[in-house]
Amino acid sequence: MSKPLVIFDKVQKHFGSFVAVKGLDFEIHQGEFLAIMGPSGCGKTTTLRMLAGLEAPSVGEIRLNGRVMNDVAPHERDTPLVWQSLALFPFLTARENVEFGLKMRGVSKAERKQRAIKWLDKMGILEFENRHISTLSGGQRQRVALARSLVMEPQILLLDEPLSALDAHLVIRMQAVLTDLQRELGITFVYVTHSQSEAFAMADRVIIMGKGEIGQIGTPKEIYRAPANRFVAEFVGRNNILAGKVKSIDGRSAQITTPSGIFTVPTNEVQLLEGHKASFVISADLMHIATEEPSGTNKAFCKLISEEFVGSMVTLFLEDAQGHEFKVQMQERELSKFDLHSGDEIWLSWDVQSAHVLNES
Amino acid sequence: MKQSQTLNFILGIYVVMIFAFVFAPIIFSMVFSFNSQRFPTIPLGEFSTEWYEKVLADPDIWKAARNSLIVSFSTALIATFLGFCTAYSDFRYNFRFKGPYLALILLPPTIPLIIMALAMLAWLSKIGMSGQLYSIIIAHSVLTAPFAMAVIRLRLNQMDPDLESAAWNLGGSEWKTMRYVIVPFCKPAIFSSLFLTAAVSFDEFAVSWFVSGLNSTLPVVVLEIVQGNIDPQVNAIGTFVFLTSMTLVVLAQLFFASRQIKGMQS
Repeated sequence: MSKPLVIFDKVQKHFGSFVAVKGLDFEIHQGEFLAIMGPSGCGKTTTLRMLAGLEAPSVGEIRLNGRVMNDVAPHERDTPLVWQSLALFPFLTARENVEFGLKMRGVSKAERKQRAIKWLDKMGILEFENRHISTLSGGQRQRVALARSLVMEPQILLLDEPLSALDAHLVIRMQAVLTDLQRELGITFVYVTHSQSEAFAMADRVIIMGKGEIGQIGTPKEIYRAPANRFVAEFVGRNNILAGKVKSIDGRSAQITTPSGIFTVPTNEVQLLEGHKASFVISADLMHIATEEPSGTNKAFCKLISEEFVGSMVTLFLEDAQGHEFKVQMQERELSKFDLHSGDEIWLSWDVQSAHVLNES
Repeated sequence: MKQSQTLNFILGIYVVMIFAFVFAPIIFSMVFSFNSQRFPTIPLGEFSTEWYEKVLADPDIWKAARNSLIVSFSTALIATFLGFCTAYSDFRYNFRFKGPYLALILLPPTIPLIIMALAMLAWLSKIGMSGQLYSIIIAHSVLTAPFAMAVIRLRLNQMDPDLESAAWNLGGSEWKTMRYVIVPFCKPAIFSSLFLTAAVSFDEFAVSWFVSGLNSTLPVVVLEIVQGNIDPQVNAIGTFVFLTSMTLVVLAQLFFASRQIKGMQS
């Protein structure tokens, strides 16, 4: 990995007696696309605002390029932010908005214009340069906002849920625009969102935050397949969480007793102790269904409760005799072979290696 | 449908009657200002501009008009500046006793004018500042600053609070942000406030009369004339004062309306 651009060193943020962020300790690498994701109120936006200097950390240090940033005023930093509200200046034209930062930095009029035009052109909105913001569409405003930040040619770009106000089809398009830009410019993007699809689609690494703490840092795949703990597993969703007690450990696998049965799991890095509590997770797309009882140990006999279609993918919601919910995700054309209806009973199974033991905290 | 039409008709008449009630005296004053007869009686005499000529020939009235213009212009600038500062402090900062702070600022217009005028006179003469033109400016600024603050505060409330942070984020210091973001955003309200406070100051009588000393403004001169005798010159001056104030108020409203429409668009 390349050298760290930003270091959060035991950073905390208190608002009165409320602790918004407790103990952030992580690095942001040069040139990576990092997404910070979590439910609302998890402290992700506060984290971003601390990076931009709009909030000062109560405890700890934030270092950018090795320099401690705690007391640097926002206007003395080079950390442009793309706002959730876009925060475009309504009394200026598109080009004047893009020129704003350069004007504040004392760049000459001619250069300002030239650089603004270059970026408006790059974003494909040069034809609107003299239009007022109120006459532009949501997608066009989005591009003006991006151009306004990128014209500063920063090392790092901060994005605070910038796509949340757009229509679904525009979101997909802007995701492509953002990832292309990031690869092309090679600058670091820090992208705050509550949307898993946005974070997983674009980011190199994802930080999952909850209640002001980091739940997990990792690539989207790591987080999806191997959530570190129950919070992350539940937040990521679309997976099956089973909890119980360790019955026996046998080398690289272990038996766990749960109300739904006894299952075999790989022990991976997590330290398991016999008789102690343990839980594990299986991604919904790694579950198999069958009408005949499967041969392995990891299986459950369930009743179909409901199904949910998203495009060609379908998610089945099932329940076993103990009332534990299971989810299965599969292609619609595969499912059609089974001709299932709500209330039908069916066998579920999964490979031992598909299970992932959670760090019980 | 039928019923609502009748209702609309009645309401229409009601509105017309209210306007008639409010504007009739002013319209009569305008009509009589062009009447050749000395006493305001019907039937009217001939059309005449005699009273206007008299007014224009009177150096005292010219002086009063000049005073009025200086006072309302200065008052507009001072009151709008003060109003902007208080409105911004309310927008930007949260502090203890903010409620009482705002209530205190909005208090002057609720005090009966005559009491305000007496208090101003007592205070200004105590500190040796009464009887001057600037005495009126001071008193009017106190009186009109709350209007300025109310108009500008309304505008600031329409502002996305991220706008200011966005300007800092793009390298603008607090002063630059004030100059290039906050003031431009408030521009329609600032103009609206300038015209409104100028209008209020231009035709304010009670406070001017108490603190002006020998530097009378137009409304004060009108009273001085009426006290002496019945003179249709008063109608002529009244028409001028009314038209000036109305023009200012209409301008204030135009800026107010334009920004409301813009606010709805964005």
